[in-house]
Amino acid sequence: MKRWLPSSLLSGMLFVLWLLLNQSLDPAHLLLGTVLAVVAPLLARTLMQPIGYPRLAKPIILIRLLGMALVEIVHSAITVSRLILFPKPDGMNSQFIKIPLDLRNPYGLALLSCLINSTPGTVWVEILPNRHELVLHVFDLHSEQWWVDTIKTRYEKPIIDIFHEEVHKENPP
Amino acid sequence: MNEMETIPLWAAALLVSLLILGGSIILIGALGLMRLPDFYQRIHGPAITVTLGAGCVLIASMLYFTVLQSRLVLHELLITVFVLMTAPIVSMLIIRAAVYRDLRARKRDSGVESGGIYRFPEQE
Repeated sequence: MKRWLPSSLLSGMLFVLWLLLNQSLDPAHLLLGTVLAVVAPLLARTLMQPIGYPRLAKPIILIRLLGMALVEIVHSAITVSRLILFPKPDGMNSQFIKIPLDLRNPYGLALLSCLINSTPGTVWVEILPNRHELVLHVFDLHSEQWWVDTIKTRYEKPIIDIFHEEVHKENPP
Repeated sequence: MNEMETIPLWAAALLVSLLILGGSIILIGALGLMRLPDFYQRIHGPAITVTLGAGCVLIASMLYFTVLQSRLVLHELLITVFVLMTAPIVSMLIIRAAVYRDLRARKRDSGVESGGIYRFPEQE
C-alpha cells in the first residue's frame, strides 16, 4: 500500500483536481483521474527524496488555521485599502522586522510563507541563514512585539502541531 | 444579454454587489501601486488585488455559472488555489531582489534600511 501509494493526500488532491478540471463524473474521467493520482506521486517520488512527502498529523488544526487565515486576509485587506485611500498625514511606518522561528519543517515553512504573503500588509523577505530568523516587511508597523507574538502563537504554533509527527520521525532524538 | 434575463433577482443582486466590491478593491490596489511613495510600500498594493479582489470576482463567476447552468460549477476553486499558491512566491522573489539590489546600489532613500536589519556594506 505504502509502496504504490506513497502519499494518499497528494493522490486525493490530484484526483479532485482532474475531476474539477474536466467538470464531469463520467466513468472515463474517474478512471483517468485514478491513473493520474497513482502514477504522478510515484513518478515524483525521487524528486521528494531528501525530505519525503508531507504527513499531516492533525488535519483539523490545518482547517482551523486556514479559516483563521481567511478571516485575517479579509481583515487586513480592508485595513490596507483604508490606508491607501486615506493615507496618514505623517506617513506610514513601513519597516522590516525580525522574528525568531522554531519551525524547521520545510513544508511547514512553505505553508507559513504562503499564509503570510497572502495576507495583505505583510511580505516575507527571507530567513536569515545562520540564525534562523525570519525577516518580514510590514506595511504599517505599530508594535514589533505584537507581530512577533501574533506570528508565533497564531501561525507558527499550529503549523508545528500539524507537521509534528513527521519532524519527529525525520529527526529522531 | 438574453441569458442574463433568466437569472433570478436575488442572484443578480448578489452578483452585482460582488463584482462591484471586487472591482473597487482591484482599483484600490492599482491606486496603491500608483500613489505609495517607495517600492517596499508599493508591493503591498497588489496583495489586496490578488486576495480579496480576485476572490470576489471568482465567487461571482462561480455563482453566475451555477445559476445559469443549474448545476454546481466549482472549477474556479482551482484558480483560487493556484493564485494563492503562486502569488506569494512572486512577491517573495520580487522583494528579495529589491532588497539586495538596493543594498548593492547603496540607495539611501529606498527605505531598505528601515527597521535596521539590512545595512549597507560600507557601514559594517
